Amino acid sequence: MQVIDRRQNPKAKSLGNRQRFLRRIKSQIRKAVNEAIENRSVADVDSGEKVSVTTSDIGEPKFGFDSTEGDRSYVIPGNHDYQRGDRIRKPSGGGSGSGSGGSPDGDGEDAFVFMLTRDEFLDLFFEDLELPNLAKRKLKSITSTKWNRAGYANDGSPQRLNKSQTMRRSLARRIALKRPRLHELNRLEEELEAARAEGKDAEHDEEVKGLVRRIEQLRYRMQAVPFLDPVDLRYNRFEQTPKPTTQAVMFCLMDTSASMTESLKDLAKRFYILLHLFLTRHYRAVELVFIRHTYTAAEVDEETFFHGRETGGTVVSSALEEMLRIVRERYPVQDWNIYAAQASDGHNFDHDMPRTIALLQHEILDLCQYYAYIEVGEEESSYTSALWNGYSQLDSHPQFARAKVLDPTEIYPVFHKLFASNRQPS
Amino acid sequence: MDNRKLLYQGPEWDFELLRRVHDAIEEIAIGEMGLNVYRNQIEVITSEQMLDAYTSLGMPLMYSHWSFGKRYSREEMLYRKGAQSLAYELVINSDPCVAYVIEENSMTMQTLVTAHASFGHNHFFKNNYLFRQWTRASRVLDDLAYAKRFIADCEERYGLQAVERTLDAAHALMPQGVSRYAPKHPARAKDIAIKAESRKSHQEATFNDLWRTLPKSKERRKTDHDESQEGDDNTLRLPEENLLRFLSLHAPKLKDWQREVLDIVRKTAQYFYPQQQTQLMNEGCATFVHYQIMNRLHETGQVDEAAMLEFLHMHTAVVTQPDFDDRRFRGINPYALGFAMMKDIERICETPEPEDLEWFPEIAGRGNFMQVLRDAWADYRDESFVLQFLSPHLIRKLRLFAVSDISGSPHLSVDAIHDEAGYREIRRRMAHQYDLSKREPEIEVTEADLKGNRRLVLTHRVRDGKILSSDDCNRVLRHVANLWGYRVRLIEIDADTGSTLNDYDAVALP
Repeated sequence: MQVIDRRQNPKAKSLGNRQRFLRRIKSQIRKAVNEAIENRSVADVDSGEKVSVTTSDIGEPKFGFDSTEGDRSYVIPGNHDYQRGDRIRKPSGGGSGSGSGGSPDGDGEDAFVFMLTRDEFLDLFFEDLELPNLAKRKLKSITSTKWNRAGYANDGSPQRLNKSQTMRRSLARRIALKRPRLHELNRLEEELEAARAEGKDAEHDEEVKGLVRRIEQLRYRMQAVPFLDPVDLRYNRFEQTPKPTTQAVMFCLMDTSASMTESLKDLAKRFYILLHLFLTRHYRAVELVFIRHTYTAAEVDEETFFHGRETGGTVVSSALEEMLRIVRERYPVQDWNIYAAQASDGHNFDHDMPRTIALLQHEILDLCQYYAYIEVGEEESSYTSALWNGYSQLDSHPQFARAKVLDPTEIYPVFHKLFASNRQPS
Repeated sequence: MDNRKLLYQGPEWDFELLRRVHDAIEEIAIGEMGLNVYRNQIEVITSEQMLDAYTSLGMPLMYSHWSFGKRYSREEMLYRKGAQSLAYELVINSDPCVAYVIEENSMTMQTLVTAHASFGHNHFFKNNYLFRQWTRASRVLDDLAYAKRFIADCEERYGLQAVERTLDAAHALMPQGVSRYAPKHPARAKDIAIKAESRKSHQEATFNDLWRTLPKSKERRKTDHDESQEGDDNTLRLPEENLLRFLSLHAPKLKDWQREVLDIVRKTAQYFYPQQQTQLMNEGCATFVHYQIMNRLHETGQVDEAAMLEFLHMHTAVVTQPDFDDRRFRGINPYALGFAMMKDIERICETPEPEDLEWFPEIAGRGNFMQVLRDAWADYRDESFVLQFLSPHLIRKLRLFAVSDISGSPHLSVDAIHDEAGYREIRRRMAHQYDLSKREPEIEVTEADLKGNRRLVLTHRVRDGKILSSDDCNRVLRHVANLWGYRVRLIEIDADTGSTLNDYDAVALP
């Protein structure tokens, strides 16, 4: 008989199984996640998700009987007043008799429901996505450092004590200061023992006297020169070295003019929420700049960007100018990877179009690693907006991409298209 | 009550206490009840580890597969929500017998679990003929460890996807991966060759030219001929009921590692086969043993009233059998029926009624019920146990009745109730219900063309008009086709008339 405590065994033994399971239903989870994005309010996209998966993909088929065919008989307990020969009308909607009697092995499952943790949810959500052309590396703003070994130090914490270095110094010091060896002392003591055994006396015999004195000297010296002295101690030293990081800034430009109805704004905001989530999750060193514009543009904080109300006419170039100003002020092009995502319903004052295009073509696109334009709209129509038309001449720039979103269901696919890691430049 | 004899008081447990309680139980189980058990090993685990173990087919170490992850995700959610409680224990049929207990159990629970698993189930595993015949307890854990390592190696070498595909297909065929008849060890080709070689060398060594001059008898010539043919025709040994074994031996396109994976899954299925056939008896035996032991511990003053009340609360919950019209009804509770039948045997042995003397002349009134039970635990499986020991008394007590459901008829008909005319019929049908071969479809490999178009034909012999559900059938068949590598056909043939009812076909993915 043996009692064994297994509680300390490595935890999460089933993690491998869980990962295999999630991989298997990845496409379904994506769908569920996408639905979650549509149905949730903008604010709580990033929490865990209860995922419901239909059985077909994760079913484990076995040869089994068709429950509606064939003759069966059951023995079941709890007869109240049935007599032999009684007939009971079959419950409608299934020939499985009175309940699940007699077929304990035939358990059916409907949709399979389980919880995804927030991390699993987001990992799947943003899989295969990346910021394109992330190139410029600059050691200016250091966000992560690495510990490197850097020689030895005279002090440190005990677990960092370097024994071989310490012993080397100890040995050198002992030799230099002529610390007597232990075996030398032992030898003298043995000689003394032997002399005493021969009956020689310390008071009369010079040899014994000499021995005793010598032993005393050695003892004193051994105490004066310790085996290990604080000056011998050496510790491993570590130094923080900055890791080269890529700095990037993402400009979020949103049209909040009167023509953007609540539902259009909602679409745009959902897109930015995704973008925000994606960037904060995958790129710790990415800064976000929020610019909203009507006929004038202003940099706002996150809170105002997503929740503020403001209306007016539309002058797109105002936002672009604001962006340029901020870039000049804070984000030197040689140091920063600059990205921009613009969302709009496509309206712009006609007189502003040439200026907008010119700004983009001659200044902004040259600064940017990537510029994405998302046009939100109510429904598919033959009408093409001013911006969509105007931007068509920018398609030749490899760093420019545009897409239309008409419905919340399209946000994730569009987002995925714009930031897929294997994206083909348009 | 004499408090000095008490083993423990209150809910707290520690390792020393577990050991003392185990020893006290052992005294009763071995000394008084005459149980014969494997050495015990009790392992304390956390609830998370318990969830993990029983979602991996109840095994302590198991290879990785997504279906276990699926089960885990499901169970974990139900457990966290409080919709479902965890199993109190888990026991492995191995030598030493490993029983897992959860750290959250109270001391009374641990006592109960030790009696239930480490003695009840343990005794059953060691003595029941099915387990003795089919499983080698001393090797179970080693086999599992090997399987886990092998699958992990394959995943590394051949990729997760490839291994997963093979495992999926193998899992789909698990119920068809057991051999139902006692294992005979067919001679392998290598052994046959060695035998032939030794025969030949014997002939050469004892060669005497004189024998050649003797005329050969007719009979003798015939057997010579048979021997030379044996190698070709009989290799497939059709029909074959064990699809997994057939595929692992004969599927033309499988790689060696895939054959080994099929064998691993087949062995796992085979390991569970005795358990499926004896669930009623196994649980009944364990429940009877824990009930007996707890009562004896109480009688001898080793556990107090509080512990006894806690135990009884737990025990009654386990052996509750809701009526058929109860919302909680989920078929027959094996704990309840098993325990009731064994208590009934005790009653028949000790205080029989005239009716029992007539129905059970061999055991009624003969006393020594433990001997009768030990014999029953050793020599029966659920089906034969019910057929032999379900008494009229118990049929009345549970108010059992038999209902039949004929397809096409709008009514269910009550065929037998708990009266003189119905006892035998109910007993017969109840036994039927526990006959595994009736619960699983009877599917065999009947034809395999290894030389021509390489088509594999499976046959399902349909009884009582119970045909396969076509969705699942098609899916499983695709798995079979992928393993076989060529076209696979499944025919459903009515066992009585011989007419073909259905015909399925599947091709392998390229």
